Amino acid sequence: MTAIDPTAHLTAEQIEELGRELDAIRDEIIASRGEKDAAYIRKVISAQRKLELTSRGILLFSFFPPAWIIGTAGLSVAKIMDNMEIGHNILHGQWDWMRDPKIHSTTWEWDHVSPADQWKHSHNELHHTYTNVIGKDNDLGYGIMRVDEDQKWHPIHLGQPVWNFINACFFEYGIAAYDLELGKNLHKRRRKNPEFRARAKAVGRKIRKQVLKDYVIHPLLSGPSFLTTLAATFTANLIRNLWSHSVIMCGHFPEGVQVFERRSIKGETRGQWYLRQMMGSANISGSKAMHFMTGNLSHQIEHHLFPDLPSNRYAEVAVKVRALFEKYELEYVTGPLPKQVFSAWRKVFRLSLPNKKPKVKTPDREKELVAA
Amino acid sequence: MTSAALRSRAWKLLELVTTPLLPSDYLDLVSPLRAGADLRGRIEAVHRETADAATIVIRPGKGWRGHVAGQYIRIGIDVDGVRLWRAYSVTSPTNRADGRITITVKAIPGGKVSNHLVRHAKPGTIIQLDQATGEFVLPATKPAKVLYLTAGSGITPAMGMLRDAKLTDVVMVHSAPRKEDVIFRNDLHDLVADKSLTLVELHTDTDGMLDVAELHRLVPDWAERETWACGPTGLLDAAEAHWAEHGIAEKLHTERFRPTVVVAGEGGEVTFGKTGKTVAADGATPLLNVGEEAGVLMPSGCRMGICFGCVTPLKSGAVRDLRTGEITQAEDSPTAHVLVQTCVSAAAGPCELER
Repeated sequence: MTAIDPTAHLTAEQIEELGRELDAIRDEIIASRGEKDAAYIRKVISAQRKLELTSRGILLFSFFPPAWIIGTAGLSVAKIMDNMEIGHNILHGQWDWMRDPKIHSTTWEWDHVSPADQWKHSHNELHHTYTNVIGKDNDLGYGIMRVDEDQKWHPIHLGQPVWNFINACFFEYGIAAYDLELGKNLHKRRRKNPEFRARAKAVGRKIRKQVLKDYVIHPLLSGPSFLTTLAATFTANLIRNLWSHSVIMCGHFPEGVQVFERRSIKGETRGQWYLRQMMGSANISGSKAMHFMTGNLSHQIEHHLFPDLPSNRYAEVAVKVRALFEKYELEYVTGPLPKQVFSAWRKVFRLSLPNKKPKVKTPDREKELVAA
Repeated sequence: MTSAALRSRAWKLLELVTTPLLPSDYLDLVSPLRAGADLRGRIEAVHRETADAATIVIRPGKGWRGHVAGQYIRIGIDVDGVRLWRAYSVTSPTNRADGRITITVKAIPGGKVSNHLVRHAKPGTIIQLDQATGEFVLPATKPAKVLYLTAGSGITPAMGMLRDAKLTDVVMVHSAPRKEDVIFRNDLHDLVADKSLTLVELHTDTDGMLDVAELHRLVPDWAERETWACGPTGLLDAAEAHWAEHGIAEKLHTERFRPTVVVAGEGGEVTFGKTGKTVAADGATPLLNVGEEAGVLMPSGCRMGICFGCVTPLKSGAVRDLRTGEITQAEDSPTAHVLVQTCVSAAAGPCELER
């Protein structure tokens, strides 16, 4: 809730017209979805599987430093592909239209400690519906950080750069924890809730399987390379976590991205919803390889407008969406990865301290934020 | 430990390595037709039969259990990237030496799958298969006298039977618009030359439609023959009435082409299969709301078509996407159901959801 509303110059009619123009972009892509797109995702999945298998094969000899380096690099890339371009996007239903039960949001499982169905709930339903709405969107600071001046400062926020770094290193566990809404559910009253316990058990099972694979079975199969393979899988998971955390921070945290209060989304129209997605997301600019490795989340704005369009089409959508930003005189937040990561981190540091000049708040608004 | 138990242990170990995927996900990359895989087939050749019909030669996967002449298979093929399922009669004999099977497809106007198979299918394509099924088959004890009453692509199951079993006295009455539209015409005339078939070939563009009541003029002993009829609904209805009139309904076996074109309307009766509820719905209310109002336990999420938390199998009928107007139809297969987003789909005619 920045002091100046960057959308104030738009009339209600213009906002609905913008919505219609965005609908038209969406319809165009859906009408042209076809064989090429299907071939794309199948190729990516097949390449990921071959890369993962080869890398794990090479790591059986990780005792030799070159094998360790190549195997670890390959496994890191394979894990990133699995989570970003493949898992995230399939779980969004981007490929459900192919009607292939093996590549479907309801059947897919990913190389991640958060079970797919729990992630789909917190990510697809909560984060994508309530994008950047304080108190509704858990992705905003993951419930552990202060991400906007209007959030009340507490001394605990002094440590948020540290929490954020730890969260980055073990990001998949952080995600599993907030998919479980651990913060809320660890209260005594809720801990025994059978629904929560069932979900916690499912996460436990998933963690056990992932840990067994990466830290027990694969190292054991490596025989004399046990320890080096263990180090390799740990490193690959770490790289994957740091990478996905950075990409995701760039999506909603850089300076220039707007956040919204609960009240502002009451009775929101389709046009207003679109506008909130446009103002609440930021892109990463870069090469084709960069877009691929971010799972096309570098096109975060386009992804938030059309979360279920196939990721390989975001690049062409971006050209049209950017033209609409210009037409309606809105700021399209984008930049190279290092710049955006730096911008997001700077915000984390800045907001770990209390606001320089406390703003005057109406009592009503205060209540709203406390409730949030 | 037995070798089977050992294998199952080894498989379990492999599953621990491949989690969250299965070992089969990796094996499918290199060997999609292996034993133990989902049943698939590879298109090996496409032979043109007429201007709008073609025979597709398929090498079935190791799990193929064979067929009985006259049965059909369901195939799932990706058309424009979308997997669609249709049923086709097997036209190859059961004892084909190379283990391949064939289906013969006639492109019907507007038919997505039939047109794709006839005009665009490429050798090397992997398709999904279901095991053969169907009751339209010759009995184990072969009847002495047989009549095949067919029209258009209705000849396909009859051809499967003709090629499979050597029978002593077989008559076929087959109708097609013109000579060049007769599928398998050369094969049929080879059988005639071989004296293993008596053929009455009708070209309806010039000869007019077959009047079943006049069948005795073409085949005097028709009533003595065990008859298999396959073709358009009009022909089959007339045949059933005629055979019933003569009190020999048990001698007639028919195979109806299931209509795959669902007439999409505005709204309709919505059936929730598991709950056993049927309610009327208009063409503007999302099926999610229809189900919830009827007290059906519907999964739901964002209620605006983005999260896919509400997807539900569509077992029959058609639904309309409220955002785009696009119609989605149920697949003609008991195993492959289309999943629809109930929060942005409304009934487009009667339909059944699995809830």
